[in-house]
Amino acid sequence: MGEGLYERARFRIAGDRGLLVEYGDAIDPAINRKVRAMAIALGQQTPQGVVEIIPTYRSLLILYDPFLTNPPQLEEALLRLEERLSEIEIPPPKTVEIPVCYGGEFGPDLEFVAQSHGLSPEEVIRLHSEPVYQVYMIGFTPGFPFLGGLPKILHTPRRETPRTRVPAGSVGIANDQTGIYPIESPGGWQLIGRTPLKIFDPKRSNPFLLKAGDLLKFKPISPDEYRRLAEGEET
Amino acid sequence: MDMFKVLEPGIYTTVQDKGRYGYQQFGIPISGAMDQFAYRVANLLVGNPEDAAALEITVSGPRLEVLAEADIAVTGAEFPISVNGQSVEGWTSFRVKPGDVVTIRQVRSGCRAYLAVTGGIDVPVVMGSRSTYVGGRIGGYGGRPLRKGDILSRGEGRLLKAPRRLPHEFIPTYPREILLRAIPGPQDDYFDEGLQIFFSSEFRVSAKADRMGYRLEGPTVPHREGVPKGIISEPSVPGGVQIPPDGQPIILLLEQTVGGYSKIATVISPDIGRVAQAKPGDRVRFERVDLETAHGILHLQEEAFERIRERITIGA
Repeated sequence: MGEGLYERARFRIAGDRGLLVEYGDAIDPAINRKVRAMAIALGQQTPQGVVEIIPTYRSLLILYDPFLTNPPQLEEALLRLEERLSEIEIPPPKTVEIPVCYGGEFGPDLEFVAQSHGLSPEEVIRLHSEPVYQVYMIGFTPGFPFLGGLPKILHTPRRETPRTRVPAGSVGIANDQTGIYPIESPGGWQLIGRTPLKIFDPKRSNPFLLKAGDLLKFKPISPDEYRRLAEGEET
Repeated sequence: MDMFKVLEPGIYTTVQDKGRYGYQQFGIPISGAMDQFAYRVANLLVGNPEDAAALEITVSGPRLEVLAEADIAVTGAEFPISVNGQSVEGWTSFRVKPGDVVTIRQVRSGCRAYLAVTGGIDVPVVMGSRSTYVGGRIGGYGGRPLRKGDILSRGEGRLLKAPRRLPHEFIPTYPREILLRAIPGPQDDYFDEGLQIFFSSEFRVSAKADRMGYRLEGPTVPHREGVPKGIISEPSVPGGVQIPPDGQPIILLLEQTVGGYSKIATVISPDIGRVAQAKPGDRVRFERVDLETAHGILHLQEEAFERIRERITIGA
């Protein structure tokens, strides 16, 4: 753990309004924790001219107003903050529980995933819902979580032919990643279940259920419970 | 109030404004008008705040039945525009009345035009913006391009006392060969010879060119020997030029959030509007600038815009 963590941030210029700040060069829980800590610290003590702080696997993309600041000023502020990071109180990450109805109509690829690893569907469900996943980054589509921590035995390649329509809430596996489709979209991930929760709902005051740095736990539920929760989401 | 009935939607007409800022950390790209200059001028010409929502029209325009009296201005790419068959000029405001039909035909020069109307196009504000993000199906009119039969509303706004026009000397032309100024990075260290090829070659806009990105065709831009072709996926900024393993650059634009290829350079923000007006087949070159120069250009551009604002609002 923590392999590839830089001693000090490295900076890259991303156009005339962006500064990329790297804290390591790997997909690693410790590097991502550093990213989260810096994002929170920056949220509390935001340097002048910062427009948005976007956490990624191993870096922060800082968008700034070039009429108010510039990279040399930002780099100085960021390095100062990094040095004092141990003095800043970083709240522990929130754990978000995501109920998932595995298999059947909700997870048409569960059988395939089980067979390709010589497991039973029940074992896949247990193995998938056991770990606490780290939300490394949000992107690709609104609210889509890039999760770290899928057990090796469940790593499964994408489907050979992507589906043209993957329903919102679908939980899937693609290689070493697992994730949730927040909106209906085409997609090639192996679908093992579906959550009745709306990961993304633009009508909600907080449209996003997850943010980078959160922890996530899947909880197996029955089809009945799925329908009950889905109705609750509509009201 | 109801403003337009869409008789014909055009190829790809969407509601756009300044853009949706602050949500990229949640996977929501900025969206907004691709050519911010033309978009802002359109609003100034009808007396709106510069960030009111307008229609972005692409290549082939809509036919709109007018439902309420208003001032309209069309800016950006050059299209034949007519009201009840009478042609009207771009970059100039004109008054329309209920029953009029506004027709915008095939583009003559450039790629995208902006139609602003008194009070702005009124669609719900989603996460601080009225811009359409088609990939996420949010904002604008139902999160999608316009369709036949849609009814568009406008906000409240005062009609002009006299028509406004942008003085001729400020109207941009849209050549089929463009020069884009770009700052090396964020991953310029993934390239050596590739940088030299990138900044000295001519590329062509391919057919895959939309609000997400413009794929270019031209000489292969090689990665440096031994570096990985991909990077750990990271968010992108508009103008980032991604080099996939095939070495053909992609300019990432306003509806892109995350990318997994190294970016050799980033087009400066004042030049995104030039990309917006480029069509498949147009020729593109990149000129290397450093960050300080880019910020200097930005300041000059805002000063120039200040003069344009004065000429339009006081000069009319």
